[in-house]
Amino acid sequence: MSELKKHSIEVKNLSIGYKNKTVANNISFSMEPGQLCAIVGVNGVGKSTLLRTLGKLQPKLSGDIEINGKTLERHSSFELAKTLSFVLTEQPASKNLTVQELIALGRQPYTNWIGTLTIEDKRQVEESLSSFLLKKLRNNKCHELSDGQLQRVLIARAMAQDTPLILLDEPTTHLDLYHKVQILKLLQQLAHTKQKTIIFTTHEIDLAIQLCDKILILDGKVNPSGTPSELIEQKHFEQLFPSEMVQFDAKTGSFKVNK
Amino acid sequence: MHSIKPYRISFALIALALCFAWLLNISSGSVAIPFEAMLSVLTGSTAEVDSWNYIIWNYRIPKAFTAVLVGGGLSISGLLMQTLFRNPLAGPFVLGISSGASLGAALVLMSASFISGIASFTFINDISMAIAASLGSFLVLLVVMLVANRVKDTMALLIIGLMFGSITAALVSVLAYFSSAEDLQRFIFWSFGSVGNLSSQQVMLLSGVVFLGLLLSVLSIKKLNAFLLGENYAQSLGVSLKKSRLIIIIATGLLAGGITAFAGPIAFIGLAVPHLTRQIFDTMEHRVLIPAVFLYGAILMLFCDTIAQLPNSANVLPINAITSLVGAPVVIWLLVRKRKMLF
Repeated sequence: MSELKKHSIEVKNLSIGYKNKTVANNISFSMEPGQLCAIVGVNGVGKSTLLRTLGKLQPKLSGDIEINGKTLERHSSFELAKTLSFVLTEQPASKNLTVQELIALGRQPYTNWIGTLTIEDKRQVEESLSSFLLKKLRNNKCHELSDGQLQRVLIARAMAQDTPLILLDEPTTHLDLYHKVQILKLLQQLAHTKQKTIIFTTHEIDLAIQLCDKILILDGKVNPSGTPSELIEQKHFEQLFPSEMVQFDAKTGSFKVNK
Repeated sequence: MHSIKPYRISFALIALALCFAWLLNISSGSVAIPFEAMLSVLTGSTAEVDSWNYIIWNYRIPKAFTAVLVGGGLSISGLLMQTLFRNPLAGPFVLGISSGASLGAALVLMSASFISGIASFTFINDISMAIAASLGSFLVLLVVMLVANRVKDTMALLIIGLMFGSITAALVSVLAYFSSAEDLQRFIFWSFGSVGNLSSQQVMLLSGVVFLGLLLSVLSIKKLNAFLLGENYAQSLGVSLKKSRLIIIIATGLLAGGITAFAGPIAFIGLAVPHLTRQIFDTMEHRVLIPAVFLYGAILMLFCDTIAQLPNSANVLPINAITSLVGAPVVIWLLVRKRKMLF
């Protein structure tokens, strides 16, 4: 079945890192439209680097990245802005923007030289506002928001950019459990209803197992990917952390601390 | 983003304020001219006293025009720097850009005696002044930009700007030590700042430089808005970082450098006006801010110049002193009242 579907992103034998330091290599995976995918792994294994490389914010070392059947390098920066959008860990430079203003900036790839919003642009902004439960906050300044609210604003901005691919770097850090689940459920909904491919890095493995269609485990060696149940069956989560500290419980799909 | 519409009334008010500040500026000076006489001169008829006509058309109107260019231009350069460096305390004076322009100007002014020994300069001297000052500010801007890419800390950036100020000030004093008393005096007068005493050629040259800077700023509006999200986000929105950064730096260099060449290093306008503007126009949208900041800067400069003229007395105060007296408390007030300055 999966061979018949068109891949929205396909990565083959990718190496990532910096000029004099390879962070990770041997990364291969593919994603289809309408899938929510988590990248998990221990700290420093290269999750953020991978995400930045996929979005051309930094160059790859070797290997292939194909987005919608076209290699990443052949996308112009203008095309890329209509192909993938980002939610980064960094805070927006100016928090004096209102929620609506910040989300409307996502429409930049579509607006004219001075950034005038058309009716279609305004409709997209409205849709993003309502999808991420931000209608009441639209005129609030970003410095007035809580962490969870600001994260929703940043994701809504990426949604307004209306790209088939959305990349998010640790969208759930600093949030409580309720807001973590809220964000991930909204992402799941977005992926499934709008047929978007959404890739995010996270440390919430148990939540990812419950909510994602696909998971990529960066372990620095095999880097397996697949549906959560496939990965559980193949016992990939067991090897993620040193077993003397935590152990994976395949029945519940969660980690237990060794006592 | 919001369109300009909600700000129509504010724009109308601020334009009205500009007209008022302009009239006030023209009506004050060392020669007392009655307001009615001034109005009649402005509407085309001749005044009772011949010299009034001359003073208004050949001195006060060019001076008011220069004040508009200087105030508006410097404020825009401050706005560009605050957005580019993501720093609410950035401005041409704070980041050492004015100092760079001073160094360029000092080199031209104080070596003038050497050069004029070879050939006599008047107009060429103006152009070389403008070029030297623009180059000086552009150079400092580039270095600050390079450092800013390495040092993410905004405080460090400001301190580095201050250090550049000190270095250029030191170089200027070395130059001053070796230059003739006459050149030195010219430099000191220049450093007091003034929007008057510009020849029509100089006014034209200044208008050209400011216009070019403003044009580049207007063309960068969309990019400036993207920079509000940070550079990575801007890049992901399709903004070419290198190109847009360079255009914004050139615009800033032209505005800050060109203006400093002709009007002297004028303090605080560039830093304070964008913040003052946001008290009325509560937005970050550069489509609104660029015209608003220009108008606000022009008003403040006209106002400062009016005070500097000490109405109806023969004395003229250095305008730099006035802008500092007005600008510095504004910055302190903003910091204290808002705790942290947001940009």
